[in-house]
Amino acid sequence: MRAATLLVPTTEELEPGCPSAGRPGQFSRKICPVPVACSCAQREGGDCVLVQKDSLLPRARKLAADPGRQPPDADAAISIRGLAKRYGDFVAVDGLDLDIRRGEIFALLGPNGAGKTTTVEICEGYRSRDAGEVLVLGEDPAAAGRRWKAQLGIVLQSGAGESQLTVRELVRAQASYYPAPRDPDEVLELVGLTEKAGVRGKSLSGGQRRRLDVALGIVGRPTLLFLDEPTTGFDPEARRQFWSLIRSLRELGTTMLLTTHYLDEAEALADRVGVITRGRLVEVAVPSSLGGRETAPAVVSWTEDGARRSEATAAPTALVRDLAGRFPGEVPDLAVTRPTLEDVYLRMIGEPS
Amino acid sequence: MTTTDEVSLPSLPSVYRSRAGVELKEFFRQREAVVFTLMLPVLLLVVFGAVLNFDLGDGVTFTQYFMAGIIAAGILGASLQNMAISIATERSDGTLKGLAGTPMPRSAYFVGKVVQVLAVTAAIIAILVLIGVVFYGIDLPPGADWLTFAWVTVLGSASCTLLGIAVSSLARNGRSASATVTPFALLLQFISGVFFQFSEIPSWMQTVAALFPLKWMAQGLRSVFLPDSLAASEPAGSWELGRVALVLIVWCLIGLLLCVRTFRWQDRDSR
Repeated sequence: MRAATLLVPTTEELEPGCPSAGRPGQFSRKICPVPVACSCAQREGGDCVLVQKDSLLPRARKLAADPGRQPPDADAAISIRGLAKRYGDFVAVDGLDLDIRRGEIFALLGPNGAGKTTTVEICEGYRSRDAGEVLVLGEDPAAAGRRWKAQLGIVLQSGAGESQLTVRELVRAQASYYPAPRDPDEVLELVGLTEKAGVRGKSLSGGQRRRLDVALGIVGRPTLLFLDEPTTGFDPEARRQFWSLIRSLRELGTTMLLTTHYLDEAEALADRVGVITRGRLVEVAVPSSLGGRETAPAVVSWTEDGARRSEATAAPTALVRDLAGRFPGEVPDLAVTRPTLEDVYLRMIGEPS
Repeated sequence: MTTTDEVSLPSLPSVYRSRAGVELKEFFRQREAVVFTLMLPVLLLVVFGAVLNFDLGDGVTFTQYFMAGIIAAGILGASLQNMAISIATERSDGTLKGLAGTPMPRSAYFVGKVVQVLAVTAAIIAILVLIGVVFYGIDLPPGADWLTFAWVTVLGSASCTLLGIAVSSLARNGRSASATVTPFALLLQFISGVFFQFSEIPSWMQTVAALFPLKWMAQGLRSVFLPDSLAASEPAGSWELGRVALVLIVWCLIGLLLCVRTFRWQDRDSR
């Protein structure tokens, strides 16, 4: 079996609080092709089963301090080791490691200036790097040629400029640069711009223009699609439509690297989420377990003797059962809450929630 | 292995055709560009031709003199001004960055621009000559002069296109390119023998004008539209066609060098 199709427990996944450790069902029993990674897990006849996070942390830290230990994975869609980039005195990316598997949707979350766009644009071949190794579809973006670019789709944060060409003409022109493009009219159908096919690019609304950007990004039939803050400035309905577009692209087998400010977007779309802050990846996890969210203590609150009461507990069901016994009917104002993705995220990037 | 490995990239001619189509549509559908680049020289010819139709001697009118100058100015507008403004705009609005992220061969972008410049230049020359012949009794040049017309146009257009591409890298965006290049081009037209007879201009201005291509383009085109007897009233006493060719070729080389050294596919803040 090839390693590329499998989840490799890398340092990013294990480092801060190791969300996978508490959920054997989530990440366990993956064949681990990298011996170093296996040393932080129990080996079971070639399979890795992740164990307690406490035993993993020191090992993960050690790995993070020495990113050269694992070579980048040429079979991954994107594999980054020890990436660093500075602009003058400003350190934009500071020793970042990341693996994105083929076929997955990966969301990079982080505040402005955290290094999201710099990382993505290094992967796209737009920017140079100061240190580290990067393989995108098995090639170094700094040295890759047209054939490599033909496998990528890029939706830039800035989007394309104003054009006198119609939407259909723009998509057709873009298709003419690629070896095996999609049918332009099918692409317009997919992004919902069929009715605007004859309208000039400069006359589109903001949301329509963003959909045109996506059409231009996917018409070349990319293996890997980069989406840099694709829905900034969308109204809620346009965002929902965009999400269903992304899901239909996933059905077509496109790997996607998405950067976003919106936590609900990452939660709705991504198979895995990476949180980046100050140029470092502080956690990689499936959205539901980010920051140990699913095992975090629940808060049970209710009203008793005219006063609001609440209690944090790891066993909310037991507490609710207990409350149900104390009250004859309904427990007044009963609520069980867990930390939202936003709570977890804000804590991670060091902001007061 | 994905299918893209087996399918070959599109051929250069097919991408060149595609880019040429894009560039032609981008220009001719943009009203401001068409008015500014195409119609302004035409209006100037009509107005100057009607107002300043005086005799320069030897039965030659100023309109004939102006014909050569305004064609040179038209070429300058279609190449230097057009390239500087449109490329600066496309760089600042992300069009260039978008193209750089596709497998489009980079040469295709420049081929498209050259086709655009050639088409616009041909259109300007055709309209100006037509108006001159129909309304102002301009005689079409005799056979051999068409050859001079052709090489002056091609060399002038090439040098100014390259300079325009180079200048675009200095501007922050299309608007600032326009604000810098337009007054510069206008000034150049005043001192290069477009609006006034070159021999009437103070000699220090003549010297300044001689540093730039426009003066030489206008001079070369005068040799086409004016009888040879008027060569005596040029400052040098002749049309100096050899020097015209030399200066324009030198400007082509300088422009090419500047383009290669300064061209950027992204805004300055991206590295």
